[in-house]
Amino acid sequence: MLPFALEKARSTEDAIAAAAAGARYIAGGTTLVDLMREEVERPERLIDINALPLKDIHADGSDLVIGALARMAEVAAHPEVKRLQPVIAEALIEGASPQLRNMASMGGNLLQRCRCPYFRMLDAACNKRAPGSGCSAIDGLNAGNAILGTSASCVATHPSDVAVALVALGATMRVRGPKGERNLAVEELFRLPGDTPHLEHTLLPGELILDIRVPAGPYSRRARYLKVRDRASYEFALVSAAAALHVENGRIRSARLAVGGVGTRPWRLKACEEALAGKPVDRASFEAAARLATQGARPLSHNHYKVELLPRTIVRALEMAGEVA
Amino acid sequence: MTDSAPELQPRGPAISRRRVLQTTAAVVALDTLPPTPPAAAQPVPATATATIKLRVNGAPHALTVDPRQSLLDVLREKLDLPGTKKGCNQGACGACTVLLDGKRIVSCLTLAAMHDGAELTTIEGLAKGDALHPLQAAFIEHDGLQCGFCTPGQIVSGVACIAEGHAGSPEEVKFWMSGNICRCGAYPGIVAAVTEIAGRG
Repeated sequence: MLPFALEKARSTEDAIAAAAAGARYIAGGTTLVDLMREEVERPERLIDINALPLKDIHADGSDLVIGALARMAEVAAHPEVKRLQPVIAEALIEGASPQLRNMASMGGNLLQRCRCPYFRMLDAACNKRAPGSGCSAIDGLNAGNAILGTSASCVATHPSDVAVALVALGATMRVRGPKGERNLAVEELFRLPGDTPHLEHTLLPGELILDIRVPAGPYSRRARYLKVRDRASYEFALVSAAAALHVENGRIRSARLAVGGVGTRPWRLKACEEALAGKPVDRASFEAAARLATQGARPLSHNHYKVELLPRTIVRALEMAGEVA
Repeated sequence: MTDSAPELQPRGPAISRRRVLQTTAAVVALDTLPPTPPAAAQPVPATATATIKLRVNGAPHALTVDPRQSLLDVLREKLDLPGTKKGCNQGACGACTVLLDGKRIVSCLTLAAMHDGAELTTIEGLAKGDALHPLQAAFIEHDGLQCGFCTPGQIVSGVACIAEGHAGSPEEVKFWMSGNICRCGAYPGIVAAVTEIAGRG
């Protein structure tokens, strides 16, 4: 690992000042320490933010507010999370391992780097790691890569599970930087790769995620997360789906749907949501909506299977949501 | 069998395999080092050391660490607690699992300098004197290992899994022990051991 200076933030203002001067935030460190050891990440200054008072999880009316430093395991086990937004807990439990969930913070989960194998392979071209060097995945081992939102520069998926659920539920974040505080939709945090895949998010220099707010919705209780992967646990998604239904008198009044493992960012499917509105809660409605999910999909040499697996996963996730009593 | 077992244990001021390897490595390193180290291509920021206090298996320690040192490396190299294993060193295998303030973590993916004041339990802290922790005994009973390299991490993770209440059935144990990989494939014995001890309450 290359040398770096490590400082501890005593206050949020401390932390933001250090970050504005070029330091990188470190919380759980599960992504950053790993990538620093590989010399994929080479920060010269780290600011440890774990002492900041950003761990609280609480209900604000019917909204759920999750501190950015709350650990994945704490959030998944929290009674208010299970009561207000059980799909958040479900998506969290499907991610990583018990050990990593005890370490990784919610803010870090959203900002984690991609798992494309070439990103951490220093002798391979990767536009995300070394802008302008090319993309090894486009003609390489790309079975795990994206089919939606890709560009000629990058085809990496965003690896988070909980981000998929947060995007489906329309969660927002409070972020603070040198110029003050603002709110940002979680969906707007993530950039498409375009020709600048090294720019992954829309935070301004020095901005820190303070907390995440999940608004109450009529579909919050009838929401499920389904993750399809190569083994039953502790593996990244091939395809995943967060599906939420608002059902009245046997019909879908409104739906929320986002998918993971297929997009270069957590992928909201508004066309599918609109197709579900007003339809009966049955397989035919789900299949008709799911067919819209792969519009514009660009499969690579080894991931054509995702074009088939994506609508199937969506149908099953919608069925699971429909079954919630 | 019991009569001959003590003969297998080294007696007296033992020279451990670890010490032999360290000494050998040092000699090899001296042999192969270039006469002068190559100059760094770019100036790097000075790496200040950090002073931290840890309580490990009940014993207090005050340490000076390099910020780059993982908690795993500090346990193994500075505190001479090599029971915690370095497997992948990427957070994927679970061999380095320890309890940090009562919760299981992978010690390879965290910087020791960030844990001033922490309380740690490693595999060395589970037995009470010569009396094995019940889960250690159950691993022997159920053949929950073959080569044994992953075993310290499996057992520490299993202790936490039981304490969390995530070991109610073999299926639950499989899901909640998935952060610990065993390449020998001793999973049936591992799951049986964890399930049995959880069932004892």
